Amino acid sequence: MVIDQTKMADLADNLAQMDEVKGRSLWQDARQRFFHNKAAVGGLICLTLVVLFAIIGPYFAVWSNEEIDWAIIGNAATMGAPSIANGHYFGVDDLGRDLYSRVIQGTQISLMVGIVGASISVVVGTLYGATAGYFGGRLDGAMMRTVDILMSIPYMFVLILLLVIFGRSISLLFIGIGLISWLDMSRIVRGQTLTIKNKEFVEAALATGVSSFTIIRRHIIPNLLGVVAVYATLLVPLMILTESFISFLGLGVQEPNTSWGALISEGAGTMQYGTIWQLGFPLFFFVVTLFSFFFIGDGLRDALDPKDR
Amino acid sequence: MSEPILDVKNLKVHFDIRPSGAMPWTKSRKLKAVDGVDFKLFPGETLGIVGESGCGKSTLARAVIRMIPAADGTVVMFGRDVLGMGKRELQDVRKSFQMIFQDPLASLNPRMTIGEIIAEPLLTHFPKTPKAEAQARVREMMEKVGLLPNLVNRYPHEFSGGQCQRIGIARALVLRPKLIICDEPVSALDVSIQAQVVNLLKDLQAEMGLSLIFIAHDLSVVKHISDRVMVLYLGRAAEVAPAAEIYANPRHPYTQALISAVPIPDPHRTQEPELLAGDLPSPLDPPSGCVFRTRCRKAQAHCAEVRPELEGPEEGHQVACHYPD
Repeated sequence: MVIDQTKMADLADNLAQMDEVKGRSLWQDARQRFFHNKAAVGGLICLTLVVLFAIIGPYFAVWSNEEIDWAIIGNAATMGAPSIANGHYFGVDDLGRDLYSRVIQGTQISLMVGIVGASISVVVGTLYGATAGYFGGRLDGAMMRTVDILMSIPYMFVLILLLVIFGRSISLLFIGIGLISWLDMSRIVRGQTLTIKNKEFVEAALATGVSSFTIIRRHIIPNLLGVVAVYATLLVPLMILTESFISFLGLGVQEPNTSWGALISEGAGTMQYGTIWQLGFPLFFFVVTLFSFFFIGDGLRDALDPKDR
Repeated sequence: MSEPILDVKNLKVHFDIRPSGAMPWTKSRKLKAVDGVDFKLFPGETLGIVGESGCGKSTLARAVIRMIPAADGTVVMFGRDVLGMGKRELQDVRKSFQMIFQDPLASLNPRMTIGEIIAEPLLTHFPKTPKAEAQARVREMMEKVGLLPNLVNRYPHEFSGGQCQRIGIARALVLRPKLIICDEPVSALDVSIQAQVVNLLKDLQAEMGLSLIFIAHDLSVVKHISDRVMVLYLGRAAEVAPAAEIYANPRHPYTQALISAVPIPDPHRTQEPELLAGDLPSPLDPPSGCVFRTRCRKAQAHCAEVRPELEGPEEGHQVACHYPD
């Protein structure tokens, strides 16, 4: 084989001037795997549509969520069906209020509850669990026993009592859900931290003299974010379910505000009168959102699972 | 010879072992991982530490740099007492020693780029280093260990084991330390890569005037790189001698057994390796007197009573045995 001298020289030239190679981080790898997962991408698209509906929807609404359509009130079963003509795209509820606006408003509240609850759990649970796991010993014991004690409290019971005593308010609901949501997360994070802190790269950082706080922030947390992300996406629907359950019992949000749980409860109460749309629309959004979150969580887990590599 | 940069005297590391299901008031048992080891390390020298698994090699190295608390003894590094110093002083001394680990991939954070990993010691000790200067130092070190500097933005999982170990070496060198502790740096690598990494360490040592503590259980690698060799057995030094001397003329029965077990690439070799009977005794309950007596072919009653100390000329051939050859 004859080697082309000029070509070799060119190659050497190119190699010498080669720019910095951009590495592919584990996150980029995971993103690629995630977008190859059809169910997960479908879930992401559906979820995006639901969120867009909650944001853009109000601009198309003819009626507000508390306005009563006096022309229809009392005849919801016959005149309140979904129609483009009178502006009630999703029909009206039992009191003649526009269901389209009420579903949008319910979607906003429910998504907010889910996202706030999951965010509290991610921030508090990660820091708490990583601290307990990293320092270990007595501190770990004390911190995790506290979590055990908090977990042993039947939170639904306490939450219902709180709502009964202090009156129904959405902020109290947020506080209640936020207080319990981080417990599981802190346990998961602590377990992960225990395995990561014995890795040699943490030892290397220790030998160099990196401070404990920096080790947690730079070496521990980025390596457990995968697990946290998966768990957080599965936590959002759990929070939504909790809120819906409490609203279904009639203890959650206050009128005229509403949420998916409250809407489904009302719809379920009137379904026998033939106003099936009052149950159908909120239920549709509820189910679609929950499924989307579960599929996204599944996709994330597959994408971030190192064993798959 | 000049002043030693590291002078370890009577170093002991004990771990408290609690039997499972112990009550809070039951006394925990002492595991003597390192039980009174002395050695000196001189500038530019390589001290090889060999011994079988669980004999306290890694524990010894970690206790020297205070990653594991020592129970007793003194460690004087660059004329300063390491074990007694405060946090701030320790941080200052840490600039002058670094460590290289056994598993090349596990010792690199998978979420950081190579550039970030190599720059970490630099930015930990000199947080105000300008970005451009840090970058330049990282590139310089990468070139020194034989990596293309344009790979700075890559992640560890994109490299082979040998390359990862080079990255670990670059990270250890970026502060221009005087002492590097290599904890089985080549045990996880292929033989051909082992030679590359060992030769790289030797070259860097000559270039930068490093002192190395080289821990391994592969005797031929240790022979290749070390100036002096210390043989550890159950947390005690059995024999310390210049490398050539210890391989040519081992005096401790344990060293003799170790060296006879080194594979020789000769299909016609006639000499059978000398096999030791039994296993390493438990460090929870070490034998009285000489710790090696339970497996020693020359053991006598005296060995069970009196513990042999390292004897012989300092910097020469020292052996801890009542009946050395």
